[in-house]
Amino acid sequence: MISWLDIIVQGFLVGGFYALFATGLSLMFGVMRLVNLAHGDFIVLAAFAALALVQQFNISPLLCLILIIPLMAALGYLLQRLILNRTLGKDVLPPLLVTFGLSIVIQNFLLLTFSADSQKLPLGTLTTASISLLPGLNIGLYPLAVLIIAAAVIGALQIFLYQTKLGAAIRATSDDATTIRLMGIDNRHIFGIATALAFAVAGLAGVLMGGYTNFSPASGPQNLLFGFEAIIIGGLGNLWGTLLGGMVLGVAQAIGAEINPGYQVLAGHIAFLAILLAAPRGLFPRMAG
Amino acid sequence: MSRNFALAYAAILLACAALPLLGDNSTRQLGLEFAATLTLATLWNLLAGYAGVVSIGQQAYVGLGGYLMFALVVFTDMPVLLALPLAGLACGLIAIPAGRLVFRLRGPHFAIGTWVLAEVFRLFFAQISALGGGSGMSLPIMSILAISHSRPDRLLLFYAFAATLALGANLLVFLLLRSRFGLGLTAIRDAEPAAASLGVDVMWLKRIVYIGVAAFTGLTGALIFLQNVRISPDAGFSVNDWTANIIFIVVIGGIGRIEGPLIGCLVFFGFRAAFADFGPWYLIGLGALAILIMLLQPKGIAGLLHRLLARRTARPGFANSKINRAL
Repeated sequence: MISWLDIIVQGFLVGGFYALFATGLSLMFGVMRLVNLAHGDFIVLAAFAALALVQQFNISPLLCLILIIPLMAALGYLLQRLILNRTLGKDVLPPLLVTFGLSIVIQNFLLLTFSADSQKLPLGTLTTASISLLPGLNIGLYPLAVLIIAAAVIGALQIFLYQTKLGAAIRATSDDATTIRLMGIDNRHIFGIATALAFAVAGLAGVLMGGYTNFSPASGPQNLLFGFEAIIIGGLGNLWGTLLGGMVLGVAQAIGAEINPGYQVLAGHIAFLAILLAAPRGLFPRMAG
Repeated sequence: MSRNFALAYAAILLACAALPLLGDNSTRQLGLEFAATLTLATLWNLLAGYAGVVSIGQQAYVGLGGYLMFALVVFTDMPVLLALPLAGLACGLIAIPAGRLVFRLRGPHFAIGTWVLAEVFRLFFAQISALGGGSGMSLPIMSILAISHSRPDRLLLFYAFAATLALGANLLVFLLLRSRFGLGLTAIRDAEPAAASLGVDVMWLKRIVYIGVAAFTGLTGALIFLQNVRISPDAGFSVNDWTANIIFIVVIGGIGRIEGPLIGCLVFFGFRAAFADFGPWYLIGLGALAILIMLLQPKGIAGLLHRLLARRTARPGFANSKINRAL
């Protein structure tokens, strides 16, 4: 009994990582109707950037965040202004194909620079510390902290989007990118800001993930799929739903892993497909309006 | 597409088809690979370029076709040449419910959904110990020898099969686009909402194309792994081999153009022969080239050639209108 409770709790905690993977993806789709197929690879890129900094300067990976988050935001802004803005239009094909190409380019760039080996960011005892809730039920402090960070990021993003002028401009651009230009706002700049935000979260997600699980140049697509599944399970356009969707995915994977370690990822995918079948709009669809 | 273009195209295709008949084993093997790649690219172009079904999970059906063929041969002692079409047919049947599921996702989300589906297939086959689990399985040698005892003969047969698939896929697209069905497809490609408003049943067309392409892709996959004699989950459901490369070929050649996949394949095999020794640099170059083409010349090399040819033979009025360029 307690062991199943333990499995479910561990699964819930992993949901924080998936919500962080998903937030940038969801934000970019919400504002630009653009699905960035290289999103998972940018997360891995951030993890490798942190690894390079750690090896070079012998500092804590968490300290790298000070540098990596603004760098990723700048990269996102430039990518949007220089490349992705040119792909936007009625056709879904160009942004998909360009970001798919980027995904392959980043994977092979990382392979070239860091080899195919699995890596992990050194966080010492931080990732193994836990508190005991009940006998036999321990909660890892690190995933708990990540879950709280994910909730804080989503909360901050909501406040930014709904209570600041820039947030209002982003929402207005999302509603109608042509009309917004009549109001004297450059929609290309707004798109750049949205992607910069998305990439800042991806940078955070990459470093936090890198301290907890192994990553390699090829692990980008898996992050993309997990983030995507969290979004669809939670319901499109609902960031809090995405957090819950990530938890559902985490629990499904934890149950699968308990039955057979080989079933972990498969169980998550099957849970996603089952929910897609039963509730195509997700478990927590956003109310109309 | 002009008549001259169609003739030139048919001539190149036939030359590609005839070449390995003259050559040795390695030429036949290369020809086989070329024909199989051209088939997959032609099918993906039909799917994404014409029907607007952007799948990045077609590796699901390459691997599934291969695995089903292996399973039929190993478990029912069926002759390989009978198992081949059955595997393709089974892929089409499986694509019916699978398609129902992924078509619940709209637009760009559909693309990632097809990728999840391919991952489910890969992880599923990795768990079946009767099929070798994660390390995969080989075809029994007796079933290969039953086709022919001579390796050159077998290669020639497989090559002829692959060339037939490539020509068949191209002919299918060509005929399809001249039919009422194809008119609907072309309308979807050019303006989906307008097509729907004129009474084209967009979803139905998309589903039919998805299922047909899945069956054809499965058949091609079965042939690829028959020639390999070995299959594993990572090789069968490889996103790099069966989707990334294929997408790059179609984008470079010209998406939504019937001659695009052929041009893309010629570029791809040339590029590979020249740069494959450079390892990751080779894929970085290929990916960067595809990105540049998508940004600067979205209709690929085929579109560029068309523009150059159209400028030389420019005539006012109907000849250069959209209707003439529809094919």
